[in-house]
Amino acid sequence: MLVLDRLGKIYPNGVNALERFSADIRLGEIVAIIGGSGCGKSTLLRAIAGLDRATSGTVTLDDISISAPHAKIGIIFQEPRLLPWLSVADNIGFGLSELPADLRREKVARALARVGLVDKANAWPRELSGGQAQRVAIARALVPQPEVLLLDEPFSALDAFTRRDLQDHLLDLWADTRPTLVLVTHDVDEAVVLADRVLVMRPRPGRLFEEIRVNLARPRDRHSPLFDNFKRRVLTALDRSLDRNLADADPKTTTGEAMWW
Amino acid sequence: MAMTVELPALERTDVIVAARPAPLSRLRRLARPALGLLLPVGLALAWEIIVWLGLSSGRLVPPPTKIFATLVGLAKSGELSQHILATLSRVGAGFGLGVAAGTLLGAISGYWSLARRLLDPTVQALRAIPSLAWVPLFILWLGIFETSKIVLIAAGVFFPVYLGVMGAILSVDRKIVEVGRTFRLSGPAMIRRILLPAVLPAYVVALRVGLGLGWMFVVAAELMGASEGLGYLLLDGQQLGKPAQILAAIVVFAILGKTTDWLIEVATAPLLRWQDAFGRQGGAA
Repeated sequence: MLVLDRLGKIYPNGVNALERFSADIRLGEIVAIIGGSGCGKSTLLRAIAGLDRATSGTVTLDDISISAPHAKIGIIFQEPRLLPWLSVADNIGFGLSELPADLRREKVARALARVGLVDKANAWPRELSGGQAQRVAIARALVPQPEVLLLDEPFSALDAFTRRDLQDHLLDLWADTRPTLVLVTHDVDEAVVLADRVLVMRPRPGRLFEEIRVNLARPRDRHSPLFDNFKRRVLTALDRSLDRNLADADPKTTTGEAMWW
Repeated sequence: MAMTVELPALERTDVIVAARPAPLSRLRRLARPALGLLLPVGLALAWEIIVWLGLSSGRLVPPPTKIFATLVGLAKSGELSQHILATLSRVGAGFGLGVAAGTLLGAISGYWSLARRLLDPTVQALRAIPSLAWVPLFILWLGIFETSKIVLIAAGVFFPVYLGVMGAILSVDRKIVEVGRTFRLSGPAMIRRILLPAVLPAYVVALRVGLGLGWMFVVAAELMGASEGLGYLLLDGQQLGKPAQILAAIVVFAILGKTTDWLIEVATAPLLRWQDAFGRQGGAA
């Protein structure tokens, strides 16, 4: 269980990026965080990762307080961030340096096969396409078997076709060990296709605005009316979250009853 | 160092040429270096003929055969190897010292911001002084013999290496460092697995620039008084009116400078294979 309790972040320049953000995320859940720019979603993710400290509130994972990067938490960034001087295989094995060499090789080989890049094992990162590089990044983050995987707009730099392909691939990989996924995105389609729960944030200061449960069975059909329905609801919530005239209220939760229309 | 800069531009034409039909392109590729040789070889040949025809005495500007004969003569008497050895050992010692000091201080300044604020302004101020201005002081302090020469060379090598290392560390991509942090690398592991490899390409460039300056300063050091070394051959040739000897020494300098630079390039190439460099595209074509 990942518990975010009243997280807040005020940057040294006085910008109030995040305010009183609370959420309980259970093991194996997929949560998408969506919101306009400047709503603090990346700040939130970096606080969960332990890369930046929140100025108030706490992050706890299985009763361990997180204030620095933790072995149970993996992260995938918008860019693949592969180390250019390591081969694809060595990049995937980067987080396994404490394991004996043969075990590491075995795990890397399995991960390479799982992301379909066996033939690229000895390639340099510069020789990969954007989608391939991001798959290597996913393999690198998953291979130490984290309990929580954080994704910061992981597919936003890819073309639409590759993005869909990788979204399906991510779900496929997720099903292997079922870690908790916390995904920051600005793509409504992505949020609805992946998440069990979509958290809509509103900017200045970044706060939780609305929570939408997407109780659709997987695999989800992107062209079904139900899917569209959820997309529309997320979009409506997003629109309202950017409406400055709306009074600050406590975040409201809606579940999927609308899907029975 | 100027010799190392022009390569990428040349390699680029290679790519364009390779797109043409194969036999023609192969011919062109062979012809390309030959084209560069045309001017110097042509001039040398022309001068040789002019002197041979007696149109000029060639006393102040000796023809190539005479320079070559001088080189052979020096080599036969064993003088050449003695002078080369003397110069090489000075450059070697000065380069080693300069690189060691430049790398150490550059790394400290790059890694540790307090040290940078403390150290860097002084180093930058010293850098603004033309290094040759130190010569009289070095001679006063360290004597006229080897020590002052080596220190002068080391001073010349130090600055580009220091700047290169510090700049390289400062410009390591924060995003890559963050990857190290998410995998919870300790300080030493972060240096070994992230910073060192990231800094390496810039470090090699700094070494090559430093070596170029080392060769420049060895000439200055040997001109200020030496009993052996290639710089001594230059001075001796001037004082005794032997232009062929001066030119012979210059030719040796050129060969040694290019060779040592090439050695650094070859020695570090396996470590830099991963680079997504512009020159590499041409090399592969």
